[in-house]
Amino acid sequence: MTESLLEAEGLVKSLRERDRSRLRRTDFGVLFQFGQLVAELTAAENVALPLLLGGARWGQAEAKAREWLDRFGVGDVAGAVPTAMSGGQAQRVALARAMVTSPAVLFADEPTGALDSLASEQVLQVLTAQARAHNTTVVLVTHDATAAAYADREIAMRDGTLLTSAEVAR
Amino acid sequence: MSTPYVLLGLLARGPRHGYELKREHDARLPRTKPVAFGQVYATLGRLTRDGLIQEAGQDRGGGPDRTAYALTEAGRAALAEWLGSVEPPAPHVQSALLAKVVVALFGSDDARAARRYLAAQREAHLARMRELTKTKSGEEASIADIVAADYAIRHLDADLRWMETTLDRVEAFHREVSHD
Repeated sequence: MTESLLEAEGLVKSLRERDRSRLRRTDFGVLFQFGQLVAELTAAENVALPLLLGGARWGQAEAKAREWLDRFGVGDVAGAVPTAMSGGQAQRVALARAMVTSPAVLFADEPTGALDSLASEQVLQVLTAQARAHNTTVVLVTHDATAAAYADREIAMRDGTLLTSAEVAR
Repeated sequence: MSTPYVLLGLLARGPRHGYELKREHDARLPRTKPVAFGQVYATLGRLTRDGLIQEAGQDRGGGPDRTAYALTEAGRAALAEWLGSVEPPAPHVQSALLAKVVVALFGSDDARAARRYLAAQREAHLARMRELTKTKSGEEASIADIVAADYAIRHLDADLRWMETTLDRVEAFHREVSHD
């Protein structure tokens, strides 16, 4: 695993900035604690954004965005701006945006840190179900053991040092 | 013991036979020990004696398993009282986990062995949490399964947080002592 990570790092470093941006846009998805949706855009527009940046046409991008919003159970807020949504809805919209390009790897940094426990559960359940369905590897960083329990594998760190790791059969 | 009240609670939804009560009890409390038929009938006998339930008809053939029971007014009142009374918030201080962690941290000179034990215990807790999370995320999970799994997950999480705090506390304590 260490080797392939080093390889990946070498690969990423050797890329030109333009290609690196493309890699981030297409192969990597990113989800933060606070969804960081574009405040002026609707949910559908937010989710369509990575596709539009990749050159897709609006009609196609919007249709695909709505598809992903439906998958994450937030199709009903497709026309709403972020301030009109609950925290859990906004986070599921951000998740749809991170997954719309079907990335190989999704990086999720405390994605449920700002949510109550029921909203967290909904986000983590759709996240794991969709990641499995689309063969996306999810790297989830969290302090919350109940969130970590959704993962197949755990790597524990303490003050920057690796503690233990365990592989668990699905 | 809450079994008599659980049975009263099930009877609040209408008359039931003993075997129906046993089945519903086990379905609604999937992570507790299944209640034995004998215990169901013994409990029904006591509840009848105390006037909290009464026989509500018998199917042909008679026998204890052919009798349906219904809640009486007194039974309804007893159930309401039980539901309204606060359970003492009992900390799990008799736990074997607490004893072992205390002995591992304070009773041994080998700090690394204590750390190893805590790391292994942590793994075991996390593995169980993953298992429970999978159970409750499964499509066939009922609301009772989910509620029971949540109860277990939150308690395991509390154990984990306590173990981490304890480890930090003991390390801070040792630093202080060695600086004095």
